[in-house]
Amino acid sequence: MLQQIIDRRLAGKNKSIGNRERFLKRYREQIRDAVRRAVSERSIRDIDKGETVTVPRKDISEPTFRHGPGGRREYVVPGNREYARGDRIDRPAGGDGQGGGRASRDGEGEDDFRFTLSREEFMQVFFDDLALPNLVRTQLADTPEFRYRRAGFTGDGTPNNIHVLRSMRGALGRRIALGTVHRRRLAELEARLADARRAPQALDNEIEALEQEIDALRRRLRAIPYLDPIDLRYRNRVRVPEPVSKAVMFCVMDVSGSMDEARKDIAKRFFILLYLFLTRHYEKTDIVFIRHHTQADEVGENDFFHATESGGTVVSSALTLMHEIIQARYPSREWNIYCAQASDGDNWGQDSAKCRELLSAEILPLLRYFAYVQVAEGEQSLWEEYARVAAQCPHFAMRMITGVTDIYPVFRELFRKEAPA
Amino acid sequence: MNGDDRPPAPAEPLPSPSEWSFDLIDRYHGEIARVARRFGLDTYPNQLEIITAEQMMDAYASSGMPVNYRHWSFGKQFIATERGYRRGQMGLAYEIVINSDPCIAYLMEENTLPMQALVIAHAAYGHNSFFKGNYLFRMWTDASSIIDYLVYARTFIADCEDRHGIEAVEQVLDSCHALMDHGVDRYRRPQKLSLAQEKARREEREVYLQRQVNDLWRTLPRQADRKAAEARARFPEEPQENLLYFIEKHAPLLEPWQREVIRIVRKVAQYFYPQRQTQVMNEGWATFWHYTLLNALYDEGRLGDGFMLEVLQSHTNVIAQPAGGRINPYALGFAMFSDLRRICSAPTDEDRSWFPDIAGSDWQKTLDYAMRNFKDESFVGQFLSPALMRRYRLFSVRDDERESTLEVSAIHDTAGYRHLREALARQYDINHREPNIQVWSVDTRGDRSLTLRHVQHAGQPLNDEADEVLRHVARLWGFRVILESVDAQGRETRRREAAPAAA
Repeated sequence: MLQQIIDRRLAGKNKSIGNRERFLKRYREQIRDAVRRAVSERSIRDIDKGETVTVPRKDISEPTFRHGPGGRREYVVPGNREYARGDRIDRPAGGDGQGGGRASRDGEGEDDFRFTLSREEFMQVFFDDLALPNLVRTQLADTPEFRYRRAGFTGDGTPNNIHVLRSMRGALGRRIALGTVHRRRLAELEARLADARRAPQALDNEIEALEQEIDALRRRLRAIPYLDPIDLRYRNRVRVPEPVSKAVMFCVMDVSGSMDEARKDIAKRFFILLYLFLTRHYEKTDIVFIRHHTQADEVGENDFFHATESGGTVVSSALTLMHEIIQARYPSREWNIYCAQASDGDNWGQDSAKCRELLSAEILPLLRYFAYVQVAEGEQSLWEEYARVAAQCPHFAMRMITGVTDIYPVFRELFRKEAPA
Repeated sequence: MNGDDRPPAPAEPLPSPSEWSFDLIDRYHGEIARVARRFGLDTYPNQLEIITAEQMMDAYASSGMPVNYRHWSFGKQFIATERGYRRGQMGLAYEIVINSDPCIAYLMEENTLPMQALVIAHAAYGHNSFFKGNYLFRMWTDASSIIDYLVYARTFIADCEDRHGIEAVEQVLDSCHALMDHGVDRYRRPQKLSLAQEKARREEREVYLQRQVNDLWRTLPRQADRKAAEARARFPEEPQENLLYFIEKHAPLLEPWQREVIRIVRKVAQYFYPQRQTQVMNEGWATFWHYTLLNALYDEGRLGDGFMLEVLQSHTNVIAQPAGGRINPYALGFAMFSDLRRICSAPTDEDRSWFPDIAGSDWQKTLDYAMRNFKDESFVGQFLSPALMRRYRLFSVRDDERESTLEVSAIHDTAGYRHLREALARQYDINHREPNIQVWSVDTRGDRSLTLRHVQHAGQPLNDEADEVLRHVARLWGFRVILESVDAQGRETRRREAAPAAA
């Protein structure tokens, strides 16, 4: 046979992946810009998605020598309805769309070239931008928590776990199994006894022997216990380690006049990183945004990042509000509470000491982790007081970040502490 | 196989569920092959490959070839195709067929059984016989070695990427791609080489070439040669049409691997050169034969009505010709081959006067002759009949930039037939469609600059991208490059220059 059919469907998928990588590499500047734009526009919760990237078509064209418009040319068109030889036609607007070989080669329009980055590619670029090495992003150690889970039935346990139905079913089975031979023999003997009695010349000794044997059998059957300890079945429950399902992340940020857009951008990226870590570890992650100047407010994400306030700074107001929110909504038994605070370090004179007391006494005992980043140089009163807290509490960390590329190293350092656990 | 030539007497209709299966494809293929033999189609052996839509897009992205070297532009193509497909803006082509021996035709798994049959008839018999028969393909491409060559190209380029970095290779490829259409031999036949020879000769060639290049650029002229060298006023002695070939052989600064990369792109361009010149014929021929073969099966009673309706529906979509738009090559090609068959079997008086040689002849022989010995330009020039021009209501428009309006230069009437036919033929002439750019001279004694000459056709200037292409030329050449546009009288109308980026 000269013909041959080959099923190629399972072979050689994604042959173009290498070409796609080269394409993305070539346009990484545009892609990085798009990702940057996306990061600043997107909500933190949506950060973990793909993104559409647009590249101007002129940047992406592959140039070739072709005829340009102008000169003299002649072309043949089908579908003549009205023209006769020598007729004059006005030039169509847009000039030269008709010439035979000159229409664009791939038949695409003049629009910009748009394509979609996958989630992985997007995250890759995002992390690249933060100078994030290809480390496993699980530096953040889980604190294991156990939950009891049903795991079938078992032969021993405590009385409160007895499963009645299972136990009774077992007992019934045991009784049937142990008694069957005897009952069969009993029925047989009873039949013979009835026969013997009906017989004309009944043999008393035979009847007596039968009756004795029947009695013995009945005793044995009665001796089979109705419920035996081996029948008992208990519900089995095992302890399963489980990632804690709920976490809440407090983003606390100073929005006083001294926090400019660049500093806020750094803070946002830091918050995003923390959020990404948390979402990989917990089924449900809540975010609470608290901004403060001299007063603190709980706000939506948009207000958090985009509204500017002016005036002085009282950090303790935010900590107090956070404490209240924890008390009201996030009992620390059920929630893993994380807090990330970003500030430029300014604080009103006497307030820093108050912050320290509030943190050590009230807040830190409830928290799993508190990360403080200062997005400006300089050690002021807040930094000094916080440094004292850090000395006492292992789950309190603080760093300074001055540029976008600092974020990741700092982040890693902050969370390394828990890694050996 | 003897019985195959006769249609079996009791024609059982083939089963026609809409879902295909391997067994059914095999049976349909068998039937189509039988009918194709009856019509005398000569083909390479067929290899049908079932692939997924994604694989189809992969194939699309690398110009339809099953293997190709890696380049970002293929990634771009893939992304564009994928986006269009996912959004449902465009369907994928039903088929891709590769001019190789055996001839590989892709069947997409999403297709229904009637579509698969259509594709088999179209690709595995239509295109396949065209690849094997047409003189351009016979002359320019070597079906038996293309896959091997591409495997070699892919490995070689991957090797270069390892050794010299992806970016360096990409730069050379970018520049070569920009000149791809001007990297073919238009009149001379290239050598056919097997993969083994290709490999064996590569090293030899690299050494030899480098020596030759060095010779040309010798900075210490030997005394004896001096006069001769000065007498040779220009290099090259005659203008060269194959820019890539010239650069490969004579660019002063290229490394041997870069020359080989140029050579690879050149070879691939040469392989596609016939396809660019036979689009109307190739598609028309394939469309004509899927239509004819499947109809023959239907006439035998082998195909159900529903099956045939689906086939015809697709067929109609393929040959749709919107009025006033560009001419659909499938439609024109199909119409011309059908018309040719009509001229042979039922000629009118008009046909007899226009085509005295073929009117009333054996249609199979005539079509076979037409398929083998023409390209789009000559095919239209030879066989476009007045009847067809009337049916398409063709008219030609003359566009002169010096006038404010366009002029209708001919329509489908007695006075216009010849003019229309010539105009349409010219439209398919690749030398007419692409600007004529040749290597004009090299300043071997001075700054080593390379001069290209664009001979303007009918006053048509180059497009805006020309400057950018010229920068690519400069990158390959390594020194200043000049592109002169001259009009028909040889007067220079525009001069462009590019210098390589400072290294």
